[in-house]
Amino acid sequence: MEQLPQEYYQLLEEIQSVDFVIVELTLYLDTHPDDYNALQQYNQFAAYSKKLKDNFESLFGPLEQGSLIKNTDYWSWSSSPWPWQV
Amino acid sequence: MWKYEKKLQYPVKVSTCNPTLAKYLIEQYGGADGELAAALRYLNQRYTIPDKVVGLLTDIGTEEFAHLEMIATMIYKLTKDATPEQLKEAGIDAHYVNHDKALFYHNAAGAPFTATYIQAKGDPIADLYEDIAAEEKARATYQWIIDLSDDPDLNDSLRFLREREVVHSQRFREAVEILKEERDRKKIF
Repeated sequence: MEQLPQEYYQLLEEIQSVDFVIVELTLYLDTHPDDYNALQQYNQFAAYSKKLKDNFESLFGPLEQGSLIKNTDYWSWSSSPWPWQV
Repeated sequence: MWKYEKKLQYPVKVSTCNPTLAKYLIEQYGGADGELAAALRYLNQRYTIPDKVVGLLTDIGTEEFAHLEMIATMIYKLTKDATPEQLKEAGIDAHYVNHDKALFYHNAAGAPFTATYIQAKGDPIADLYEDIAAEEKARATYQWIIDLSDDPDLNDSLRFLREREVVHSQRFREAVEILKEERDRKKIF
């Protein structure tokens, strides 16, 4: 497998940390559905995550089913690296 | 339905090839309080639990699959460069004979995964207490593995997983309170 640029790891870690906030807020909101402040935070981070993923996918390929294929003119979903390989 | 995301929930790095650590980690892959058992337990309980906690079981159950993938990644990275001799020294020669380096759902002692690890009583309080206990047992297991591990990179990811067990346990405790409140309200009116 070819060496990945440092940028891959940096951008991926940024997504991982923002998505972690989303996971935490999701579980919190599951038991505190009336917390409007948390809901606003959730929406803020959900929008931010979308933005980060959009940029990552244009450089390194799709992160999930339904993502636009923007980095190649072939089907890059099934190309490595897979998460355990990086 | 579920959607796969081509990323780990949290980065997994290992310092060196270390099949002994992989042997311990198998406990959290196919053991009684491991991530597979957790995912299957919560997602299966959803269908008969009151609506107010279905979201929580769905989301925690889904997160457990992300943890299962992290454990698999750890085991894969710790063993991918190991020689048969190193696997033998680590005491996983019996695994190697049957599976080569393929992962398999069994515990650290080699007992295959079984559905008897999972309870589903249909009683919401009984099920949620089971879930709280499962999280606490998984937290303790992560602590024992961290105690045995001398890999600082691996321990960083293991500490993340240990903390998730604490958060899940907390959320399940809140779910119990939500259901008790609802039950008491029904008695008044």
